[in-house]
Amino acid sequence: MNRTRHLRVDRISCTGQGLCAELLPELIDLDEWGYPVLKDRTVPGHLRAHARRAVAACPRLALRTDRDRP
Amino acid sequence: MNSPTTAPPTGGHGAPPPDGSSGVRLLAGWYATGRPATLADHLGRYGPPPVTAAGGPASAGLIEAVEAAGLTGRGGAGFPTARKLRAVADRRRRAVVVVNAVESEPASRKDRFLLAVAPHLVLDGAVLAAGAVGADTVHVCLPRDPSGGYRRLDAALEERRRAGLDRVRLLPHALPHAYVSSESTSLVRWLGGGPARPQGSPPRSHERGVDRRPTLVSNAETLAHLALIARYGPDWFRRSGTREEPGTLLVTVSGAVVSPGVLEAASGTPLTTLLDRAGGPAEPLRAVLLGGFAGTWLPAEHLRTPLARRDLAPLGAAPGAGVVVALPRSACPLTETARMLAYLAAHSARQCGPCRLGLPAVAEDFAALAAGRADPVLWSRLSHRVALLPDRGACRHPDGAARLAASALHAFADDVDRHLTEGPCPAAHEPPRIPVPPATPPEAWR
Repeated sequence: MNRTRHLRVDRISCTGQGLCAELLPELIDLDEWGYPVLKDRTVPGHLRAHARRAVAACPRLALRTDRDRP
Repeated sequence: MNSPTTAPPTGGHGAPPPDGSSGVRLLAGWYATGRPATLADHLGRYGPPPVTAAGGPASAGLIEAVEAAGLTGRGGAGFPTARKLRAVADRRRRAVVVVNAVESEPASRKDRFLLAVAPHLVLDGAVLAAGAVGADTVHVCLPRDPSGGYRRLDAALEERRRAGLDRVRLLPHALPHAYVSSESTSLVRWLGGGPARPQGSPPRSHERGVDRRPTLVSNAETLAHLALIARYGPDWFRRSGTREEPGTLLVTVSGAVVSPGVLEAASGTPLTTLLDRAGGPAEPLRAVLLGGFAGTWLPAEHLRTPLARRDLAPLGAAPGAGVVVALPRSACPLTETARMLAYLAAHSARQCGPCRLGLPAVAEDFAALAAGRADPVLWSRLSHRVALLPDRGACRHPDGAARLAASALHAFADDVDRHLTEGPCPAAHEPPRIPVPPATPPEAWR
């Protein structure tokens, strides 16, 4: 159950609302147009709750965490 | 072209296998006769395709033969064909085969050329692949352009129907001619009634593609090689090319050469040899563009490098779909690159923000650099924007544009410095040397 999780952005769905970068600034930056830049896809254990919150907050359901491959 | 070919194939099993080592296989008929092969020509040369019942034991044999041959996709990515076949064959449902001859890369003509001169090699390969993966339908996808390719394909399919050659359905399609519409997921989406735009996976096509069925999307040239492997076997296939990258490939040579065109060469043939076979450089060369508009600039000092992944990888380049564009010394490399980037930006599918906004921004920065209109922060802004393109789209279009831009900044670093400090070079005002389609958005996606 403790498998590593990786962030994934559905780039077609994403409209650059930017909430993810506010809730998970440790892993997500925004580019000059407000679209997410993943600094690191791997979610460390201590950020798992923050990542879950960011995923839940995305109004486009474009941010996910995957269990398997990066 | 339309003459009925109900007569049985001449010569039964066709001529003996062509000499595998010569480096001319797919185009052997073309070189021998100088005219497109009719079905009768084709059967006379190669004999009928060794088709087996779909899903039968012999189909596993074909996948094994393709694996032993080491055939890789000739559409650019170079993925092992046997693995692709197996991924589709392993699914339970009845599969679909899609022949990708959309070839939207402006500097590539090889798939169009192959389908024009040896259509039945491609179609044999598609039918054999269909047998191997358990498909009952083959969709053959071409670009919607005025070249007459669709009409010729239709005539070739009619020849096969009249001869009663195939047990699978073969359907021709003409897709919108946009840069990203040759991406495999664009084909699947278009065949499903949608726009010819890339689809972010999952599901992957081999799991659920056309009609929600397992789908093999394969480049036209790849299937033609498969048709010959099915006839002559893996050992024959390996008689040409290198150990790691066996076989031949079609190469489109253009730009500053005497006789631009499509030729067939053994994998690992030095770039200089390819240029010589295209009549040689028309004037002293500065560099070659390898792999197409989404490819890499390779400075002229590396022209002795073999056209093979293993040799090109250390230089940051790859054969791609076999595209070689010769850039003369008299041209401004930055101006040429800027025009290609503007075209790539116009052909974004506009689905993903980083591509829709990032590509035009990079293209504009590059145009300003080439024209000597750089502001003080252009260099750092451009580098930053290029670095942010890769891996941020549903398809690899932004990655390709970034590769072109980054390789130009690297290969022509001296030119960049001069343009930044002294303004445009004299060649920037000359007419462009590499043909680039207009940088206007595609007319249609459907």
